[in-house]
Amino acid sequence: MSGVHAALDVLAVLLLLAGAFLCLTAGLGLVRFPDVLTRMHAGTKPQVLGVLLIMIGAAIRLQGWSATWMLLLVAAFQMLTAPVSAHMISRVAYRRRHVRRDLLLVDELRTGMPPDEFHRGDEPADAPPEEPTVALAEAIRDESAPPGE
Amino acid sequence: MTVVYWIAYVLLGAGALLALVRLALGPSLLDRVVATDVLLVIISAGLAVYAGLARDPTVVPVLVVVSLLAFVGSVSVARYIGGMLIQSAGDGQDPGLPQAREADASRDAGEAGR
Repeated sequence: MSGVHAALDVLAVLLLLAGAFLCLTAGLGLVRFPDVLTRMHAGTKPQVLGVLLIMIGAAIRLQGWSATWMLLLVAAFQMLTAPVSAHMISRVAYRRRHVRRDLLLVDELRTGMPPDEFHRGDEPADAPPEEPTVALAEAIRDESAPPGE
Repeated sequence: MTVVYWIAYVLLGAGALLALVRLALGPSLLDRVVATDVLLVIISAGLAVYAGLARDPTVVPVLVVVSLLAFVGSVSVARYIGGMLIQSAGDGQDPGLPQAREADASRDAGEAGR
């Protein structure tokens, strides 16, 4: 019986450590990745898999049904809410162009359209979504200039 | 067991510190939203790790609160930024992507200039 308990403890500790390691990878990805979508990709690792691993480990260690149910509730909430918030954040990020379009291989929201003329990279801090006057002036200048010369 | 404590808390603390770095640097508001989300997830993970390692179930209800708070916070900020985006004329129509509106505006301006 104590052997079983020891094995369960080892398993729980391994799960907790794996979840903590996923949290570290999320931090690294947040710092190193270039734009909002890739940072979300890194940040979602502990949101789903990390939290699930840690909840399983904690439930094994805690050995009580009340705690287990509450941890199960947290895991269910995470799995329900992570896709919703990720969808909303990524939609706003795309519309406000916090997306490095030059790094995209496929952009299915822009098929058949010309490449972005005004904004090529990540936008500066909390600037307004676009600067219509500047973009307009550039566009008019480009159109009035003879093409290719 | 002390070694496990140290390893787990160092991993979590390093992740939280890097998320804080992104929260401070992050060029846009959305980067900060993502960083805050990750930070809250790491906090709840740390609480759960503490509960598991110390066999202390008193912090478990806090986990529910923190996970719900992270969702509500990120969604409301995302909706707020999305509302900043919409500058419609008040007719209730979806103005569409800013790129499309901008291209239309520049085309109109170019035609008017000619």
